[in-house]
Amino acid sequence: MADLSLTKPVAPHRLSRRRRSSDRAAYAFLAPWMTGFVFLTIGPMIASLYLSFTDYHLLTRPHWIGLENYLKLGDDNRYRSAVAVTLKYVFIGVPVKLAFALLVAIVLRSGVRALAVYRAAYYVPSLFGGSVAVAILWRQLFGQPGLIQQALALIHVDSQGWLTNPSTALSTLIILEVWQFGSPMIIFLAALRQIPHDLYEAAAVDGAVRLRAFWHITLPVLTPIIFFNLVLQMIGSFQAFTPSFVVSGGSGGPVDSTLFYTLYLYIEGFGRLQMGYASAMAWVLLLGIAAVTGGIFLTSRYWVYYGDS
Amino acid sequence: MVATAANVSRVAGIHERSNRAAMSRGVTRSLLLAAGGLIMLYPLIWMVGSSFKPASEIFTTGNPFPGAGSGLSGYVDGWNSLGIGFWRFFLNSFVICTLCILGNLISCSLAAYAFARMNFRLRRLMFALMLGTMMLPYHVLIVPQFILFRYLHMVNTILPLVIPKFLGVDSFFIFLMVQFMRALPRELDDAAKIDGCGHWRLYLRIVLPLCKPALATTAIFTFIFTYNDFLGPLIYLSDPSQFTVSLALRSFVDTGVSGTSNYTGLLAMSTLSLLPVIGFFIAFQKLLVEGIATTGIR
Repeated sequence: MADLSLTKPVAPHRLSRRRRSSDRAAYAFLAPWMTGFVFLTIGPMIASLYLSFTDYHLLTRPHWIGLENYLKLGDDNRYRSAVAVTLKYVFIGVPVKLAFALLVAIVLRSGVRALAVYRAAYYVPSLFGGSVAVAILWRQLFGQPGLIQQALALIHVDSQGWLTNPSTALSTLIILEVWQFGSPMIIFLAALRQIPHDLYEAAAVDGAVRLRAFWHITLPVLTPIIFFNLVLQMIGSFQAFTPSFVVSGGSGGPVDSTLFYTLYLYIEGFGRLQMGYASAMAWVLLLGIAAVTGGIFLTSRYWVYYGDS
Repeated sequence: MVATAANVSRVAGIHERSNRAAMSRGVTRSLLLAAGGLIMLYPLIWMVGSSFKPASEIFTTGNPFPGAGSGLSGYVDGWNSLGIGFWRFFLNSFVICTLCILGNLISCSLAAYAFARMNFRLRRLMFALMLGTMMLPYHVLIVPQFILFRYLHMVNTILPLVIPKFLGVDSFFIFLMVQFMRALPRELDDAAKIDGCGHWRLYLRIVLPLCKPALATTAIFTFIFTYNDFLGPLIYLSDPSQFTVSLALRSFVDTGVSGTSNYTGLLAMSTLSLLPVIGFFIAFQKLLVEGIATTGIR
């Protein structure tokens, strides 16, 4: 350190030593993250992969059974309904949610007074997202007794409450998901603000009507953001847990109609302590999410427009 | 419809008429937006209103506003309904939230500083790994993490909920801070180095103070996520005196099923549970909106 003479050319070994000391400083900054990465992320992932090939009940030692857990998934009727419920929830809920987000963002963008007030009103439901309080609220709105059921009774429609009816229970959870369109809406709003105004002026000169301007300018320019929101929301809603748990009282009922994948994983892993089986489920979930995300990425080059600057 | 109206007015070419059309369009738009906003907020308004009503009137009318015979009885009954005052659950939640915020601020800013402002071997690889964990579903980790914390005798303490934050597992926030730190001018580093500042002082004295907006965003979202979290406390906490607000509300629902249904109390406590988040939202609305717009967190 003391030797700062500039006349001496820097020897190669000195360079590497300085390099090493700066590496050391960097790893000191990274130490907490690296510890977490090794012990709370990569380590558990490997452990989970191993456990998925074992029969493991938490209190006994893991016992290697090969692919049996994975094969069992195919025959497990509850598992199959959990997959069906989750796919419906994700593939209906997310597109509808994004459609609302985009629609409201465009209306808000086209100029209204008190934008901040509207934005706040539409965003507030997203804040409470998966909170227990909102899930409880949903029980009281759509359950039995519940507001919707009583309202329908008033007009002499004999309803048993949407949450107690297996054919409508999932729709109420999809409504809950769509209700939270505020956060993608804010992302759309920010993106809309970035679109240069002269694009529209040029279109107006060409005599383009509003709807066509939307179709040929706004939508293409927004596709990267739509893509971003789609990936993010898909990953998020595959992992939704609280609404399913609270609304069904932890059972996924009625008749497994609200049994989310994550809830079934919880029931198997922490209710019945079938931790090997739950680990296999977790890995299938990981691969499923990766496949869906990968699929969106693959299709993206056909519909996502990244300017040609 | 909007398009055809515009078309007609364009063909007609009458200025006054197109002006009037634009104005009525503006009014329609405002009305629609206001109606939409009311529909969005109606469930919440209904919940707040019902928390003051007598239980017999909650479901009989869609009118959210409490009438005669309303009062605070839901709040009084609900507060002690689990045998432990709700203050305890709020306290537990706030302790966990505070520690999680602290953990995220320290660990994420340290890691972000290294990624954004330092050169070291494996930097690209590690950064890629860090980004990769952003996409990782938590459910792949819960079983082995539970086994690990059980082995360390930490189940039934708040440690499994808090320790991960001190080890930077929320890579989203690392990413947020990296983006922010990268945007700070490089000349700062050079000036500081000439003054004999090492990386630690640079980090503490210069980079952190300049990163206040990113730190604030991290703190706010950590608060909201942690406060709303349900799965974590559900797995790790089983003693009612340790319950967070979410867990307490859940067991409130369960006790309601078994006998007397205290809907007023349930809705009253649910309403109370939302207040801290609403408070944060009102206080930090601008930062929140910017945070979502730039990073895409919910």
